Amino acid sequence: MADRPVPLAERRLMDVKLAELPNWLGKRDFTPNGLIRSVRGGYDRYFNKYINVKKGGIGGIAMLLVGYIALSYAWEYDHIKHDRWRKYH
Amino acid sequence: MALNFFDQFLSPTHLGIPLVLIAMIFPWVLYPSPSNRWLNNRLVTLQGQFFNRFTQQLLLPLNQGGHKWALILLSLMVFLLSINMLGLLPYTFTPTTQLSLNMGLAVPFWLATVIIGMRNQPTAALGHLLPEGTPVPLIPVLIIIETISLFIRPIALGVRLTANLTAGHLLIQLIAT
Repeated sequence: MADRPVPLAERRLMDVKLAELPNWLGKRDFTPNGLIRSVRGGYDRYFNKYINVKKGGIGGIAMLLVGYIALSYAWEYDHIKHDRWRKYH
Repeated sequence: MALNFFDQFLSPTHLGIPLVLIAMIFPWVLYPSPSNRWLNNRLVTLQGQFFNRFTQQLLLPLNQGGHKWALILLSLMVFLLSINMLGLLPYTFTPTTQLSLNMGLAVPFWLATVIIGMRNQPTAALGHLLPEGTPVPLIPVLIIIETISLFIRPIALGVRLTANLTAGHLLIQLIAT
């Protein structure tokens, strides 16, 4: 059961223990190239898992759209909170 | 109740990043580039069919030389289509309600067509300013009118797009409250 110890910088997020999280974040590549690479990598993983399949359904795109709605809501929250139902305005 | 019905068209920023950036980049995510395979996934296939039919319809009235405009016209149309349709989802922001974006699209396109027309066929381009069969005394007036209409065209088209989208969103909000 003894796995080979993998260095912290190369582990995936799910394999990092909670206490090691700040260290792991510090070692990630935050240069512009690194950011672009991670965004592209994330997109490729999502694309290949949900969209680039033989019989992909609406779920792949639907998840993207729901995520977009959630992001827009969070971005506009300060603006939308004036629209709550109130007895007295 | 909204304080003011036009509040929904303000461009929101959060952490200093305007939402309009995300709203304009997101359509890019929805159109993956096709691979070299013979059979692509369903999304790419459907989009490919749509683009083919659309371009075919778009280029029907144009001769061979006009086909050079296919790429830019198609990409413009798909861009606007996706941005406007995404604006129908709840809580999203539609960049085309901002006059700045529409004018930014309208003026360069219009100017490009006018300048290219003047360069390649100046006589025919100027000839468009006078419709066929006008009575002789009316010619000076009509040329002035046609020139004015030529210059107003980008402003009219840009404002038209803005107004259409703004009216739609406003109507939805009016019905909802």
